[in-house]
Amino acid sequence: MEQDELRKLENQCIQEHLPACAAACPIHVDARAVAAAIARGDFAAAAKIVKKAVPFPGITSRVCDQPCQAVCKRGEAGAPVSLRALERVCLDQAAQIQDTILTLPKKEKRVAVIGGGLSGLTAAFDLAKKGYAVVVFEKGNQLGGSLWQVSEEELPRQVIAADLAVLEKVSVEIRLGITVGKDISLKDLLGQFDAVYLAVGEAPEETFALPLDQHGFIAVDPVTFATGVEGVFAGGGLRLQERSHIQSIADGRRAATSIDRFLQKVSLTASRSGEGSFATRLYTSTEGIEPLPATPMADAAGGYSAEEAIAEARRCIQCQCLECAKVCEYLNSFGSYPKKYVRQIYNNLSIVMGSRHANKLINSCSLCGLCQEVCPEDLHMGLVCKQARETLVKQGKMPPSAHDFPLRDMLFSNSETCALARHEPGKATSTFLFFPGCQFTGSIPQQVTKVYAILREKLTGGVGLMLRCCGAPANWAGRTDLFQKTLGEFRRLWDQMGSPQLILACSTCYEIFKTHLPEAAILSLWEVLDRLGLPAPSKPASSAVVAVHDTCSTRYEKSIHSSVRSILTRLGYKLEELPLSRERTVCCGYGGLMFFANPELARSAIQRRIEQSATDYVAYCAMCRDYFASRGKRTLHLLDLIFGASPDDAAARKAPSYSERQENRARLKRSILKELWGETMAEKEGYETMHLKMAEGLRKTLEQRQILDDDIRRVIDHAEKTGSRLLNQRNGHFLAHHKPASVTYWVEYSLQPGGNAIVHNAYCHRMEIAEVIKQ
Amino acid sequence: MSEKPDTVSEEPTWWCTRCSVPLEVGKVNISYLGSMFPVDLLRCPSCGQVFIPEDMAIGKMAEVEKILEDK
Repeated sequence: MEQDELRKLENQCIQEHLPACAAACPIHVDARAVAAAIARGDFAAAAKIVKKAVPFPGITSRVCDQPCQAVCKRGEAGAPVSLRALERVCLDQAAQIQDTILTLPKKEKRVAVIGGGLSGLTAAFDLAKKGYAVVVFEKGNQLGGSLWQVSEEELPRQVIAADLAVLEKVSVEIRLGITVGKDISLKDLLGQFDAVYLAVGEAPEETFALPLDQHGFIAVDPVTFATGVEGVFAGGGLRLQERSHIQSIADGRRAATSIDRFLQKVSLTASRSGEGSFATRLYTSTEGIEPLPATPMADAAGGYSAEEAIAEARRCIQCQCLECAKVCEYLNSFGSYPKKYVRQIYNNLSIVMGSRHANKLINSCSLCGLCQEVCPEDLHMGLVCKQARETLVKQGKMPPSAHDFPLRDMLFSNSETCALARHEPGKATSTFLFFPGCQFTGSIPQQVTKVYAILREKLTGGVGLMLRCCGAPANWAGRTDLFQKTLGEFRRLWDQMGSPQLILACSTCYEIFKTHLPEAAILSLWEVLDRLGLPAPSKPASSAVVAVHDTCSTRYEKSIHSSVRSILTRLGYKLEELPLSRERTVCCGYGGLMFFANPELARSAIQRRIEQSATDYVAYCAMCRDYFASRGKRTLHLLDLIFGASPDDAAARKAPSYSERQENRARLKRSILKELWGETMAEKEGYETMHLKMAEGLRKTLEQRQILDDDIRRVIDHAEKTGSRLLNQRNGHFLAHHKPASVTYWVEYSLQPGGNAIVHNAYCHRMEIAEVIKQ
Repeated sequence: MSEKPDTVSEEPTWWCTRCSVPLEVGKVNISYLGSMFPVDLLRCPSCGQVFIPEDMAIGKMAEVEKILEDK
């Protein structure tokens, strides 16, 4: 990942953008944080946030025109949060806290501020804090400008006095009763000061001989507030169309920033897009949020009581996006959000020395793309993770244990033991090629035979059969080399058969061939069966309802979604739609090899999905069905219903173990070759015929440890042939180990007459023992 | 299930069936992804066959494997 790509991805995630209220506020008061602090009763923390952002908080908390209210998301579910009232109460509650104002060391430069209204005083305050010597010239005999037009009831005069006292603390000099343009000219001021801010309020009588715009007003740059004369800036009421106290403050602040930059001789225009009011990119859904009316105020003049304020602050919905983490267990489980994740992944890939903490993050994603579907900005974490896996593989830094097991399983599916490619018996060509895929053959091999019979019966032109794996595990593992090799082998066989149309039973095969073999014409088995008509099974009870679980790898294949539903309806089932279905469906935990890289996460992903409805699920992917069934969810495979299996038996069918899946694939090839083509495969011999006896609990443990029956047979065979084994004197068990490839397997066993074995335990490790056995 | 090696008891638990001798503690090097560690393990004093107990394989060794894989 290059740095510009990282920035682009980070920019796509909007979780860190300001909430609507703070973005609309021209001085960006963090209203969400204020509400959060008040909601937990921490008025002091709330007051601190307000005071940090607002120069005259007492005044603002009474006269702010609240641009935040118009955009408050709570307004979509009740009424907007009354932020101004909340600010007032937190200031009152924390009134006893003494404020310390931090100012920078004094600077030589001097600034004149003309006009003692909110805009001028804000600029004076900000500049004084930055260390400039500031003098305010006010033509009247008091500071505050248009504030004095606000009723005393609304804005008690002592509040004005208390807030403006802060100017003295930062050593702003005030000169009252001086009219610039009459008592002293702007030109003279420019002789005495290094910069001037004109904040003379609405409809000024004087234009100070400054260049004017086409309407006859002082020409002011809308971004920097610079006028046509260098060093003179103008803002506040003289520039604003409508009176707005908060906007006047914002103008003063923007002018102070410009004057500071001008005096420091740096760019006036660089990076100023965040200043002033703007519309946020943060997306916040209000779906499912219970509407709540504004909290009533018992004493309208006195403002909210502490209790009322807490109630009002609790109405704040604490805007954030997290659309992806709401629906994705993976993104949720790492406790953060994509902007952080892409940075962690980038860092992980750039590391030279040290630990790669994000390997698990990279390898846990199902790559299913639901995040992109729900993201307001279309960020696809799956693509990021997939690319990162490919990079890790290229760097030689992919953890060997992450995908070793499923990749070996893939190689087994494509070995002579399981793989097969044949034209229809008695035909020399194929118009169609039925490709059931490795998990379908591993899970319900008997259905493969039945489906193939139907296809041969209903389709003309020859229906060939190919048993193997499409290569998805290699693709998911980031093993581009192995994937291309697997796909290339498929292409060679498919070409040899005359490039027939593919009939695919597995959604993952469908996605793989659609994306990586665009020259192939592909059909989903469900579309084909829907079109050809179905065998007539016994009708279900009229009340039978099933919930369809769509497969994530075909989330955008609308025609597959509708074929599946059409088949179920024709079979007599009523359909329930899960809250997340079709293009919003979720992965079962197999996609992207999640289950192998992070089994705990896959289990909670499965759990989350199966809790979405109490109704029996119907899946059309064997892995989805088996994973849900493995966590006790009654789930049917669509073919179970098509072939009229008893729904109760089929829903409760146990998911096969890894060993059983391999055995199913091997047995299917053997039986179908014999049955349809009259060919006999060589019988199993040697250790392959060894029968293993073990307790059910141990079987489960070995499944978790990814130890196959075949691995165990090899260890015992090796031990018995070489004599390398240990004996436990206490119980008479043998213990032996063997490392056929990268994993060392240990098996504790006893032998039975006839060469069969009782397995007491087995475990494995990847660390290598420097063991030299003397012969 | 397997028992832990018991080197204190008088009658040793684990014997090498090939050499018909009890295992003894000795230094064995174990390695992964280019890192090597000397470990005290039970092994056959005669032929060198090693014993790795289950709790070590699924505990400490798995832990170290994970750390080294993320290096």
